Amino acid sequence: MIASLRGENLLTLEGVSDAALLEVLDTAESFVEVNRRSIKKVPALKGKVVASIFFEESTRTRLSFETAAKRLSADVLSLAVASSSVKKGESLRDTTATIDALGIDALVMRHQSSGAALQVSRYVPHVRVINAGDGLHQHPTQGLLDAFTIRQVLSERADTTGVESGLELFKGLRVLIVGDVRHSRVARSDIVAYSTLGCEVRVAAPGTLLPANIETWPVTVVSDFDEALEWADVVGLLRLQRERGSGSFVPSLEEFTQTFGLTFARAKRLRPTTIIMHPGPMNRGVEIDSKVADLASAVITRQVTNGVPVRMAVLYLALASVRDGGGS
Amino acid sequence: MSFKNERQTPPRDLAFLAKSQLLSADDVERALRRMAHEIVERNHALEDMTVIGMQTGGVGFATRMSELLSDITSTTTSLGLLDVSFYRDDLNVNPTPRTSMTAIDDDLTDRTVILVDDVLFTGRTIRAALNALSDWGRPRSVQLAVMVDRGHRELPIRPDYVGKNLPTALDETIRATLDGVWMGTKGVS
Repeated sequence: MIASLRGENLLTLEGVSDAALLEVLDTAESFVEVNRRSIKKVPALKGKVVASIFFEESTRTRLSFETAAKRLSADVLSLAVASSSVKKGESLRDTTATIDALGIDALVMRHQSSGAALQVSRYVPHVRVINAGDGLHQHPTQGLLDAFTIRQVLSERADTTGVESGLELFKGLRVLIVGDVRHSRVARSDIVAYSTLGCEVRVAAPGTLLPANIETWPVTVVSDFDEALEWADVVGLLRLQRERGSGSFVPSLEEFTQTFGLTFARAKRLRPTTIIMHPGPMNRGVEIDSKVADLASAVITRQVTNGVPVRMAVLYLALASVRDGGGS
Repeated sequence: MSFKNERQTPPRDLAFLAKSQLLSADDVERALRRMAHEIVERNHALEDMTVIGMQTGGVGFATRMSELLSDITSTTTSLGLLDVSFYRDDLNVNPTPRTSMTAIDDDLTDRTVILVDDVLFTGRTIRAALNALSDWGRPRSVQLAVMVDRGHRELPIRPDYVGKNLPTALDETIRATLDGVWMGTKGVS
């Protein structure tokens, strides 16, 4: 178990303790305040260099990480893979070595292969590697920001602060994850985070979109989606990943929407307090009805907003010193 | 402004082992009253004054100080909290501190800021605070009030209002709260 993410790589949320998750959430809370100021910048990582390499396309994660690094006063090196030597066949190892040679402190990377971030972290042991999504494996910061968003919404309703509530609001919270679990690294990170924090997690998906080893996950698979919707305090939708061939795992998109899509009719049956989440980008009309995405209980843009303070916390802790020292 | 819901950092890892009490709660209250009068004497108009408590040791003193200032002048003094974790210069040397809440409502441009902290030691926290404050505008002046000045400055920083000057050895520790001031050492309890 990782007791704290200070000075650590963030490759997966598996094996990260609830105390370490709590530390990220609480640190992120301090950065929410920074993001509300007119000058949204603190010098915490002045002089540090954060490289971001995205071998796979991304809008929100990349922008969010780079915004986070800049608000911490770090310098950001951003490699656009499409126009880089990767296209000439440069290996992952050589690309990493090249970027490392420029002198970097942290590396934020997304790659289409599961385990790529772990591999890179072995090439550059002196650099803190932050996984921004690797294949079908993990997307740790998404799991963190989803947990952060849930705590934020629930603590506001309870008229307290996230920090004051600690892990209390997660205990026994009923979370339903719906859709393309098989191809989703978000689902993997979310489920690990939620179950570590004490939530009860169920998944609803067509059998073809469940991973082969689902019985080893800390979840219950439910067959009746509509019944599960009434049970849930939080509904986490997943994108049907057509670029990973999800389309061929379901008879048709229409049928998927009919059976596992959050249609407007279904959304009306949810309790009004049930939180609707989606990591984006949404396929409006497939896993989520367009009108549902705009409901007040849908916190999808809040998830994006929270991406910045959560990633600031992740970078800040990763680059924090762990050396013991005295003084005040 | 109420800080009921604002976070304060829990105590650091090492427990404080008190050896002797130097000031009682009454002494602290009297010192705060004197400092409040000194602040009023020096600053006449209090409408454009903001009292800012340094997280975490200065918060209690700042809250009491703003109450006293309000009593003396019959105006309401605005109160803020400042956590300087992100402005420290020792992130590479010392373990990163746990962060607490910052809450400053006003644009500080052209306001008089009274920074309040419990103990003034090396001056590095105040240096960080001065940097931080510049992100909220350009105050007309910044004045520093501390309950205890224990010496050993490492930067050219001096307090404007002092509750008590207490010369100390480097390995000693001071704890100052509204309940009193103690000298002691740090250790595992």
